[in-house]
Amino acid sequence: MSQEIYYKKLTELDEMLDKSEISAVELLKEFIGRTKQIEPQIGAFISFDESRALAQAAESDKRRASGRKLSALDGIPVGLKDVIAVRGQKLTCASKMLENYVSPYTATAALKLEDAGAVFWGRLNMDEFAMGSSCENSAFLKTKNPWDTTRIPGGSSGGSAAATAAGECVVALGSDTGGSIRQPASLCGIVGMKPTYGLVSRYGLAAFASSLDQIGPFARSVKDAAVLLGTIAGHDPKDSTSVKIDIPDYAAQLDAGALSGKTLGVAAEYFGDGVDAAVRKRVEEAIELCRSKGANIKEVSLPHTDLAIPVYYIIATAEASSNLARYDGVRYTHRSKLADDVISLYTKSRAEGFGEEVKRRIILGSYVLSSGYYDAYYLRAQKVRTLIRRDFERAFESVDAILTPTSPTPAFKFGEKTANPLAMYLSDICTINVNLAGLPGISVPCGFTPEGLPVGLQIIGKAFRESELLSIAYAYEQAAGFSDAHPNL
Amino acid sequence: MSDKPTIDINYVAKLARIELDENEKAKFSAQLEQVLDYFKKLSEVNVDGVEPSAHAHSIYNVWRDDIPTAAMPVEEALMNAPAKRDNQIVVPKVVDEA
Repeated sequence: MSQEIYYKKLTELDEMLDKSEISAVELLKEFIGRTKQIEPQIGAFISFDESRALAQAAESDKRRASGRKLSALDGIPVGLKDVIAVRGQKLTCASKMLENYVSPYTATAALKLEDAGAVFWGRLNMDEFAMGSSCENSAFLKTKNPWDTTRIPGGSSGGSAAATAAGECVVALGSDTGGSIRQPASLCGIVGMKPTYGLVSRYGLAAFASSLDQIGPFARSVKDAAVLLGTIAGHDPKDSTSVKIDIPDYAAQLDAGALSGKTLGVAAEYFGDGVDAAVRKRVEEAIELCRSKGANIKEVSLPHTDLAIPVYYIIATAEASSNLARYDGVRYTHRSKLADDVISLYTKSRAEGFGEEVKRRIILGSYVLSSGYYDAYYLRAQKVRTLIRRDFERAFESVDAILTPTSPTPAFKFGEKTANPLAMYLSDICTINVNLAGLPGISVPCGFTPEGLPVGLQIIGKAFRESELLSIAYAYEQAAGFSDAHPNL
Repeated sequence: MSDKPTIDINYVAKLARIELDENEKAKFSAQLEQVLDYFKKLSEVNVDGVEPSAHAHSIYNVWRDDIPTAAMPVEEALMNAPAKRDNQIVVPKVVDEA
């Protein structure tokens, strides 16, 4: 168990609060102090609301004192990626376009956290509108990797990953469209999970690519991630793509013996030339560990894997070009002062408000949807998406889960890939298929490179079988024992 | 798809309603042509008879009961509008005078 209170797990803190060893207000003050101390090095927060958080913590203390505790999250400081709406708080999406935007309503996932008694601690940095793999596309600040501050934390939810890894919050929410939770979790040495598409409501999540976006948890243990997921999951009439299924108590169902007798798939397509040697070694060791704990390892084939990048960057940019059309200078705060008619109001407001990568993706999305190119790009990509889904359906006929690296490389240096968008896009190669197929995926720490950079194991599960996936991840985590490793900060 | 993909950046920027400066036009054209070149491997896949997927899991006709609920107050709905008057958003004139 960690000595520092800011590295303690949610489940440990819940117990301390239960025993009155600490109050929620004292706990929050620990995190406020920690945040103020290390933010100059990390830069994970776009904003925080200290007085509101203290008020939430004080309410929590009253509840716990009178035996009205709402859940294990009651009084726990939780960070939110700055793409999830909370009424009365800023929602910037790390964009100049929304620098002064204040949410008039609360996202369903955030509302469920409030109803569980969670304390909102911080709005966390990200790539602008969740477009990026390094957090370098934020319009406001650079987030550093807590393990090596000369390196990127991953993206797009880089702030959520860095803040959780550095002990600036206990757990956090992010969003994952092509790997934006799992890849930064992997690069920052923590647990990150993208649920099955439709498990968590997207109401109040600023839209990037609606058929791929999903909110999910960051945590320093699988169990903490299970607690958080169980809190935010469930059907929501406000999101027509959210699914009506019963949500079990994921944390209570975790089984440390889950690897025994399971069949786990390994696909050669995920261990190609682009995978760093140290990453490959750590993931292969993880696979061996699973085998030693009683799992059957089976080779599977996912033949359309290498088409994921084109399919994803066509579908996601097409959807983004449509979703981001709403930022037109009329309703969402930023309006160009140079506009003299309605068309220049659109074109100049968007020129001023959007950063480079967002413009590039809207242009690409507009191109693949445009007359003459729609069939060759967008429609064809949707058909290949079907083939990618079928690959997984076939593989899951004979395996319970699939093991891959989460990211082909460990955290890279600032500026290493910013000049070459294609190189940046390729860093999502292990994660985006999971979004295209709508499946759940989790990244669990599986060791370090010789330079001391974290490596993540991705476990891909069957649709809506989160309980089974979390158990496999938990059993691996218990056997591997990397969840008590923390950066020296 | 032709051998060497090209992008008419002026036309696409107009579709996207984004004003680009000359530097951006040159940079994005070159970068996106490289990306489109990489996308060419899609054209090598046989997709005959394959249904397109708009979503990962098919959902049809989601209905909910038509129960009236309180709407967001106008002031809150308009609180982020950059220019407003009389509970409406102000924009430049859209219709020409006759």
